[in-house]
Amino acid sequence: MTINIILGVSLVLAAAWTVMTARLLRSVIGLALTSMILTIIMFKLNSPLAAVFELSVCAGLISAIFISCISLTQRLTDEQAAAKQKERFSKFWLLPVILVLAGVALYQVHIPLDFHLQAAPSESDVRNIIWNLRHLDMIGQIVILLAGAFGVVALFKD
Amino acid sequence: MTELPQVFWLFSIGAILLLITGFYCLIMTYNLVRALIGLEILTKSVTLFIILVGYVTERVALAQALAITLIIIEVVVIAVAVGIVLCVYKNIKSIDGRLLRNIKG
Repeated sequence: MTINIILGVSLVLAAAWTVMTARLLRSVIGLALTSMILTIIMFKLNSPLAAVFELSVCAGLISAIFISCISLTQRLTDEQAAAKQKERFSKFWLLPVILVLAGVALYQVHIPLDFHLQAAPSESDVRNIIWNLRHLDMIGQIVILLAGAFGVVALFKD
Repeated sequence: MTELPQVFWLFSIGAILLLITGFYCLIMTYNLVRALIGLEILTKSVTLFIILVGYVTERVALAQALAITLIIIEVVVIAVAVGIVLCVYKNIKSIDGRLLRNIKG
């Protein structure tokens, strides 16, 4: 249980740091860190395939996309970064307060949860689910990927 | 409380706090890249909820399939949105959303 508490707290801390830090590059690193912690949680919740996707796509590919975007825009000078940090502090000082209050309040609440439901027997192999039961999802994913690729091409054509 | 509801409630709190963080970021920031980062945090919260519900209802395989679909959609949305941000930067030399309020037509 202790490891679960550590993972949950570090997930929220990483997300809060991502949002509050002034430099965009540090924000992206924080986002990748959040993804990595989420990956560990997914492994702990018996979802290794989704965890691998989360690690490779969210922590890897999306970070690379963000970093290439940031490298194509103008870099802040040190003075601008310091000014931004002050501005961010004035905007975001409330976030840690809200997070701590909401976290403590939610932890105190004891909702009577009953998970002894008689679930219908379900398929346990994720490959069968993806390829046989949810094959429309696969078609949807292919269409979305193609739409995304065409969208990016349309945006950057001269 | 037994182990399963405890795990569910603990990670649910984490997911709710992630949701709050993402919404706060989206509301308070004008930087377009940072808004996308807020959107990413929101999506992570939803992914965690899906996996968590799959875990407690013992339908991990179905939850994984849905989470993978969500991750694919997420990456496509981010790729196209980053492309739009770069186009905006090319035109107005800034990624501040406030400068886009005067766009007409």
